[in-house]
Amino acid sequence: MELTHENVLGKIISTFGEENIWDAFNPDGILTITTNRETIHDLIKYLRDDKELQISFLTTMCGIHFPGQGDKELCLMYQLHSLRHNYRIRIKVFMPASDPVMPTMTDLYATANWMEREAFDFYGFKFTGHPNLTRILNIEEMEYHPMLKQYPLEDQTREDKINTYFGR
Amino acid sequence: MATENKTAELTELEQFRKEHGLAIHEERQLTTLNLGPTHPATHGIFQNILQMDGEIIVDAVPTIGYIHRAFEKIAERRPFYQITPLTDRMNYCSAPINNMGYHMTVEKLLGITVPKRAQYIRVIMMELARISDHLICNSILGVDSGAFTGFLYVMQEREHIYDIYEEVCGARLTTNMGRIGGMERDLSPKALHMIDEFLKRFPKVWAEFEKMMTRNRIFMDRTTGVGAISAERALSYGFTGPNLRAAGVDYDVRVMNPYSSYEDFEFEIPVGSKGDTYDRFLVRNEEVWQSLKIIEQAYKNLPEGSYHADAPHYYLPPKQAVYTSMEALIYHFKIVMGETDAPVGEVYHSVEGGNGELGFYLISDGGRTPYRLHFRRPCFIYYQAYTEMIKGGQLADAILTLSSLNVIAGELDA
Repeated sequence: MELTHENVLGKIISTFGEENIWDAFNPDGILTITTNRETIHDLIKYLRDDKELQISFLTTMCGIHFPGQGDKELCLMYQLHSLRHNYRIRIKVFMPASDPVMPTMTDLYATANWMEREAFDFYGFKFTGHPNLTRILNIEEMEYHPMLKQYPLEDQTREDKINTYFGR
Repeated sequence: MATENKTAELTELEQFRKEHGLAIHEERQLTTLNLGPTHPATHGIFQNILQMDGEIIVDAVPTIGYIHRAFEKIAERRPFYQITPLTDRMNYCSAPINNMGYHMTVEKLLGITVPKRAQYIRVIMMELARISDHLICNSILGVDSGAFTGFLYVMQEREHIYDIYEEVCGARLTTNMGRIGGMERDLSPKALHMIDEFLKRFPKVWAEFEKMMTRNRIFMDRTTGVGAISAERALSYGFTGPNLRAAGVDYDVRVMNPYSSYEDFEFEIPVGSKGDTYDRFLVRNEEVWQSLKIIEQAYKNLPEGSYHADAPHYYLPPKQAVYTSMEALIYHFKIVMGETDAPVGEVYHSVEGGNGELGFYLISDGGRTPYRLHFRRPCFIYYQAYTEMIKGGQLADAILTLSSLNVIAGELDA
């Protein structure tokens, strides 16, 4: 079966229902859908195990922070690839910053282990069921999750760099 | 007093073992060995705390992040053109691939089409980078198994590749090569001559290197069956590039999702069967020949035309025009000060890096900087399989496995 955005989306919606899959769009040739955290684990398992789709390669995973969006403040993006059909798909899950809990994918993909540790390290996502959810790139004593937008890059107390000179 | 200290140390060690789930086998007298962070045999800053039973590795705990420089965070504050130097410092053995992968990502966001000539020049530079990357990996593998000669011999060729980089962009290691929209200058006659010379000289060198290593009894004994991984496990671990192909999966971004005119060239994708150190060596060896083939085709068929796209908002005008023409001055100022806003969008672009699929996931909210830029770094993703690959093997094999995986610390930690 040739995979197109229409038939992949159709298959996913008919399996998981319209209430669980929404906001499908195609920003750069990759089908992008949004789902909720109750569905995400089953969805990725379904994409991996379905005989027709075989979307069974977890390319990457990363967190994104949108401050001021309320219930959609934190986002976790999964990108999967079907090496059989050369078809990519992107799945997003939004959640409030106060409750960044996600199910782990380590039981489906061995590679999810460090990707999830990275997302925890930088954004503070808590993956339930992860075997070893500790910081991976930053020091263990760090008390915050540095990729969140409220942590500025530069030392804000410096006076020798004036923002207007640098177009900021 | 001395005894007290000793007890305290022991408990600390036991504490560590407990925290990391390293089993304590009283009857087997295991040793805990700290390999790294700056061990001369690991070629980079990696720490592995090994649990050893004599020479056999029972368990390993890798620690990474020693050269983490927060590139993803820094990128959120920089105008697009200032991010290229960050990408140099990821896989510093093949910096041009990273540069151009990033440029192509931004071009995809901006909707810029690059002229054929620029695409071919990019292909030449990327394949030169791939050769220099594989050449380091394979010759270091020789060093780790006791053969220093091959390394010194081919290192000279890497210098020649760096000379070509220098002629094309002015830098050798961290190249910052090309611009968003193409190359910053055309290939000079001297650069063309150097590429021609390289194409004539290098095959002989590489054939000699192969002759020395490939059927070498000592080398084969040291590498065959060492650090093997099955195709299934490799895919589950997210392997890409030569390491995945050594396990028998013919996934190559250049063929599956051609970019920068790779569809114009004829080349083959070598695959291995067992996924062990020897297969990885052979796959890289063959890929060097294929890269040479691509360079040859691109060099012979180099199209005429411009070496950059017509994108004045993003591509710096020539410096002499800045002093004489008003438009050029304005564009120059706006680009250098980072005043140009990019369109809103979300793109993913991946290139076949030296070690696998190097992906850039870019979200733009319409500002002067990326809203989020995520690097899919192949080294980071496959290094987590290292523990599984060395378990049950010997310490000397673990060193060889690490070099044959070609884990680059800069790309691992970003």
